[in-house]
Amino acid sequence: MGKTIAEKILSEHSGKDVSPGNYAVVNLDFMYMPDTSSPLTIDLLRQFKMDRARHPERTVFMFDHCVPAPRMEMANWHKKVREFAEQVGVKVHDVGNGILHQVAAESYIEPGWIVVGGDSHTCTGGAFGALATGMGSTDLGVAIAQGKTWMRVPETLKFQVGGEMPRGVYPKDLVLYIIGQITADGATYHAMEFCGSTIETMDMEGRLTLCNMAVEAGAKFGIVASDEKTREFLRAHGREKAYREVRPDPDAVYERTLEIEAPTLTPVVSHPHQVDNVKPIEEVEGTPIDQVFVGSCTNGRTGDLRLVASILNGKKRHPRTRLVVIPASRRVYLECLEEGIIKTLVQAGAAVDSPGCGPCAGIHLGILGENERCLSTTNRNFHGRMGDPSSFVYLASPATAAATALHGKITDPRKVV
Amino acid sequence: MILRGKAWKFGDGISTDHVQPGKYFHLRGNLPELAKHVLEGAREDFPALFSPGDFVVGGRNFGLGSSREHAPTIIKLAGLGAVLAKSFARIFFRNAINVGLPLVICDTDQIQEGDELEVDLEAGIVRNTSRGAEIPFSPLPPFMVRILNDGGLFYHIRKHGDFQIE
Repeated sequence: MGKTIAEKILSEHSGKDVSPGNYAVVNLDFMYMPDTSSPLTIDLLRQFKMDRARHPERTVFMFDHCVPAPRMEMANWHKKVREFAEQVGVKVHDVGNGILHQVAAESYIEPGWIVVGGDSHTCTGGAFGALATGMGSTDLGVAIAQGKTWMRVPETLKFQVGGEMPRGVYPKDLVLYIIGQITADGATYHAMEFCGSTIETMDMEGRLTLCNMAVEAGAKFGIVASDEKTREFLRAHGREKAYREVRPDPDAVYERTLEIEAPTLTPVVSHPHQVDNVKPIEEVEGTPIDQVFVGSCTNGRTGDLRLVASILNGKKRHPRTRLVVIPASRRVYLECLEEGIIKTLVQAGAAVDSPGCGPCAGIHLGILGENERCLSTTNRNFHGRMGDPSSFVYLASPATAAATALHGKITDPRKVV
Repeated sequence: MILRGKAWKFGDGISTDHVQPGKYFHLRGNLPELAKHVLEGAREDFPALFSPGDFVVGGRNFGLGSSREHAPTIIKLAGLGAVLAKSFARIFFRNAINVGLPLVICDTDQIQEGDELEVDLEAGIVRNTSRGAEIPFSPLPPFMVRILNDGGLFYHIRKHGDFQIE
């Protein structure tokens, strides 16, 4: 019987022929942690006298949620992680390098790998034809010390997307549409494999956005088979040798296949306070917005900022709507500087901060006040997520964010692109 | 093991942001202090209401969202006995087992706020003594019960040296 990508990679890494529902211990190719979950991991490793890294060259700490440190407590977390990393011989990507999932995509993840990260959006890395998933501080601690973890082999859901996406519709709209259809627990414990002609022509940035949001449907993995686009991305990042073809068997068995016709899609917005509360843009158009945030591991890449800059070029944000833009990584920041994107955004009235997660998780750099509404290119709109418990977060594509910043209210991007 | 306590009802989709609101991020290095704010994002006065051993009773997809292990850790540290829900988000589920917080997947519609419950983890039965009802549930896979009985994943690895999944 043929295998899905998840079944293939889990079989390879466990040395057994595994099927959905089996439990397997798997060797890990890469383990990485942000500054939010690693301090607890380090406390636990020390408490249990397991303060070691089984594979230091495959383990990385990255500072991104609290950068530069906004509080003394967080400055001390960073200090603790730097000291531990030096003790066990592990690399730290310090303040300014960017969001862990973006840095992992640029510099580390290879097709066919199993990757675990101490952050739920680790599933982003599935865009390489890899298995990447988020876990907590204990799982990561044991993974770092032992070089392996246990996994239940998931059933796979196949999302077959065909045709060209219409003007004003982007990968974020596609994945929000899917989550709206299957709901926030529609893929719990499952792998989501995205395929079809729409995915084949989609660039890696778009695929990273799709896989990033898989966890918002409850999935363990979001996966796209590797192909020439993957090779191209790896080549551009000086890692072409890492390329390997990872595809499902033609007779792979899927729990369910959902077919989506891309030409029928429209821009959508995820309405507060659940990601699956997805509505066509027409239903929310006109809602006044206090702040627009462009950034995050979902939509803070060069193509996203380029799209926003192209819409705002020579114009100004609405006087009542703040615009916060944060590039996802140092590389993205440099590319945007070289192309003049940052200049365009600053001239349009944006506040641009250095690479990191920004206000997405409610820590700093754009926290919302009482009853404020933010339209954001991020991935979560839970109650109080970005600040005051009475505030609202609307999730949408970078184009919708730009159109909204221009008009001060939720605006259909098809009016400006 | 039989756990006894009172039920506190929460709805569907309780996220880790509800369990550990982002505004307390800076307290992550001080878990006992963080635990004083458990589930405040869902119910502001909750930390002052429950007694040790009481149960958190949710609906669908409990624990969705971030991978923060602090969420199940502070539920346990605050003295709550277990979380009962119709379903759990994957990362929360793993984290809870890893930190030794029992989880029960059952039909929580049969439980109302304030009901007195007895949870028999081995037999897979929730007895709602306030209503004279018995709610069956599938016990956890043996591998996870071993981790739970060992006190969590770090204790499990320290005891056995490796994962005991067979």
